Amino acid sequence: MKDLNLIIAGVGGQGNILASNIMAEVALTSGYDTKQTDTLGMAQRGGSVISQIRASSKVYSPLIKLGQADLILAFEKLEALRWAQYLNKYSTVIINNHRITPTSVNIGKENYPEDKEIISILKEKASRVIFINGNEYAINLGNIRVLNIFMLGCASFFLPFKVQIWENVISQQLPSKIVPINITAFNKGRKEIQNVNF
Amino acid sequence: MKKLLSGNEAIALGAYHAGVKVATAYPGTPSTEILEYISQYSNVYAEWSTNEKVALEVALGSAYGGARSMVSMKHVGLNVAGDPFMAASTTGINAGLVIIVADDPGMHSSQNEQDTRYYAKLAKIPVLEPSDSQEAYDFMTLAFNISEKFDTPVLVRSTTRISHSKSAVTITGQRENTDANIKYSRDFEKNVLLPVNARIRHAQIEKRLLELAAYAEIIPVNTVETGNSNLGIISSGIAYQYARQTFPKASFLKLGMPYPLPQELIQNFASQTEKLLVIEELDPFIEEHILMLGIKIIGKKYIPLIGELNPDIVADCGRKAHLLPKATSRKTISLINNLPGRPPLLCAGCPHTGIFFVLSSIDHRNRISGNDDELNSKLSMAITGDIGCYTLAALPPLNAMDTCACMGASIGQALGLEKAGLASKIVAVIGDSTFLHSGITPLVNAVYNKGQITVIILDNGTTAMTGHQHNPGTGITAQGETTQQVYLGNLVRGIGVKDVQIVNAYNMKELRNAVRNSLDNPELSVIIVRGTCQVIAPKISSPNYIDKDKCNQCNICSMIGCPAIQYQDEQVYINDTLCAGDDCAICAQICPQNAIISQTIVKKV
Ligand SMILES: Cc1ncc(C[n+]2csc(CCOP(=O)(O)OP(=O)(O)O)c2C)c(N)n1
Ligand code: SF4
Repeated sequence: MKDLNLIIAGVGGQGNILASNIMAEVALTSGYDTKQTDTLGMAQRGGSVISQIRASSKVYSPLIKLGQADLILAFEKLEALRWAQYLNKYSTVIINNHRITPTSVNIGKENYPEDKEIISILKEKASRVIFINGNEYAINLGNIRVLNIFMLGCASFFLPFKVQIWENVISQQLPSKIVPINITAFNKGRKEIQNVNF
Repeated sequence: MKKLLSGNEAIALGAYHAGVKVATAYPGTPSTEILEYISQYSNVYAEWSTNEKVALEVALGSAYGGARSMVSMKHVGLNVAGDPFMAASTTGINAGLVIIVADDPGMHSSQNEQDTRYYAKLAKIPVLEPSDSQEAYDFMTLAFNISEKFDTPVLVRSTTRISHSKSAVTITGQRENTDANIKYSRDFEKNVLLPVNARIRHAQIEKRLLELAAYAEIIPVNTVETGNSNLGIISSGIAYQYARQTFPKASFLKLGMPYPLPQELIQNFASQTEKLLVIEELDPFIEEHILMLGIKIIGKKYIPLIGELNPDIVADCGRKAHLLPKATSRKTISLINNLPGRPPLLCAGCPHTGIFFVLSSIDHRNRISGNDDELNSKLSMAITGDIGCYTLAALPPLNAMDTCACMGASIGQALGLEKAGLASKIVAVIGDSTFLHSGITPLVNAVYNKGQITVIILDNGTTAMTGHQHNPGTGITAQGETTQQVYLGNLVRGIGVKDVQIVNAYNMKELRNAVRNSLDNPELSVIIVRGTCQVIAPKISSPNYIDKDKCNQCNICSMIGCPAIQYQDEQVYINDTLCAGDDCAICAQICPQNAIISQTIVKKV
């Protein structure tokens, strides 16, 4: 059984925690010993959120070591870069090509890194760096809130878990009314990621 | 059946299966969800108590009555509950009493770091420390059993990483039926702590501690995992997981019960290993005990005392102690360490914003940027603060709070500053849940001692900071029932405050007048600012926008610190996905050019 160290990074309100819950449940259902930990700020919205999921035959620490992430799934560009120290030369990074400007940048105190800086750092660290216009796809699917499940679909292509298990877990974890649109979003993500050049 | 559960979920389920009948708590990250989960089970009474002291007293009372009882809180909650905590140790219990305290190493959302295990030593009661969700689940039945067997409250210490991580749990139990145990019988010698009885109880505590120490030698949660004999590691809690991963071949003594310590077990373990390492998060609690036994160990010399551990830190310590080979150096990219942060901010449309904007203009506070010493020293009016979302108003651009110590401290501190002899009026700012938690007695004190302070109570109708729990001011219980609401206005008047103003959090004119009236009044006055937290308020309005032709880029609107007010290409604009619209419209009321367009200006309360 392969050791899997997975990171989901984003900004509070993007549905990170639900995505991380689903991914962890999929790993457990697929027969892996699994640990999951979310680090989030306080009650207010808009902070950085990072979830770590570890799956293996036996997992001790819920926290991933630097340089050991197999996959970073980032819902926002700056957040992808924030966890770049966890990457190694075999890692995959999937990034929603979307910018959420932090307040310090809004008021001119700090700078949001340029796209080319983001790309060059990530490319130096990881073997596969893939940008995808997740927000656009989600809106076209009918609701920006399916972004998280769309992104899970993208990630699923690189993970050793069966589509059937993903679909089952998504159906269990979401209210039944929104299951169909999310299953569509998942499969769309899984398909579109294969069309991106990387 | 295996289920992924967070530590808090597992604690709740474990307690439920152990037959807990009464669960009490005051919210506090990272412990809050324990009561939220348990309140959903049938046949359990669950309450949000007004504070941790009350929560523990309620649980102690129900334990006297034969109900297995639990109380949960964050680490600083035990400071508040210190008095009944010591009393509970002295009287002992009838049915099991388990006290769950969640520490926050790394201060993810706390005002300090403290190691709760020292409280166990102070009260001479056992402490259990789970290292994952399985143990969090299993240890609850164990804790209740120990509690009843030894007639003692039992402390369960969690931490943020245990409470907020999920791991697989094999659920073995089913709910134990404890209904038959409910009964009360008077026990004067045990439960009436007159000196004459307490002296006898103290001897009893010492005897109990010796019995517990003997039990610690055989309790199955203190286990040896035999590996190589050249390195032995003693560890507990989450630190065990990091250690186990970092030193896969070492021998381990894992202490599920780090107090009282099993001395013989430790001595035996030490005699069988060449080098002995203690790995624990925060203080050298286990280490100090072992050093007292005269055993040579390596511990806090390499393992940090401060902050949360992780596998990188533990590996780094292993290298420093020459237990692991040197690492190949990792190239650091400085940009990654200097990225713009996303610190917490008051939400767009937060009802705390308006009043703090008013306060921020007093004494030119809005020109202070954090540590501008010269401006800070010129301020004549102090604003003492408290803990909640509103503490964020201490940060730029509002800078409208000068102190934050512990819950309820603002009012006493304000009176103290006044009694120190400062000339101008002192303002204390406190949230509704915090006021009900520990603000009432200091207000009584201020009235009694002829204080002349201004107290501002921020009534956002919830305990927002910890995730929007109910409190006595909301009129709804933890289990979702309606109950008598405590009216803050009546409460404050009942204490004897004569000048009480109740104002709308979104009406800038009302807010400004109320503050001015209060500062002009030489007597103690209270302003209750009322407006519902944006996260729980139903949203109905459309977003505001800036009329670019009218805007002259004066930037006044950015001084309220609203995250919806943003810049792009030197032009200020309102992010329409964040803006609360005319539910708030604070920006529209302060714009000198009237350039911010909102449909109605004043929100109905
Ligand atoms: C003794 C203690 N218990 C609990 C906490 C956790 N805590 C911090 S602020 C807060 C309550 C905040 O509610 P309120 O005063 O209504 O302010 P709001 O966040 O709603 O603005 C709590 C429970 C704490 N810091 N100290
Ligand atoms: S959660 Fe509520 S009280 Fe806290 S900052 Fe947001 S709107 Fe304000």
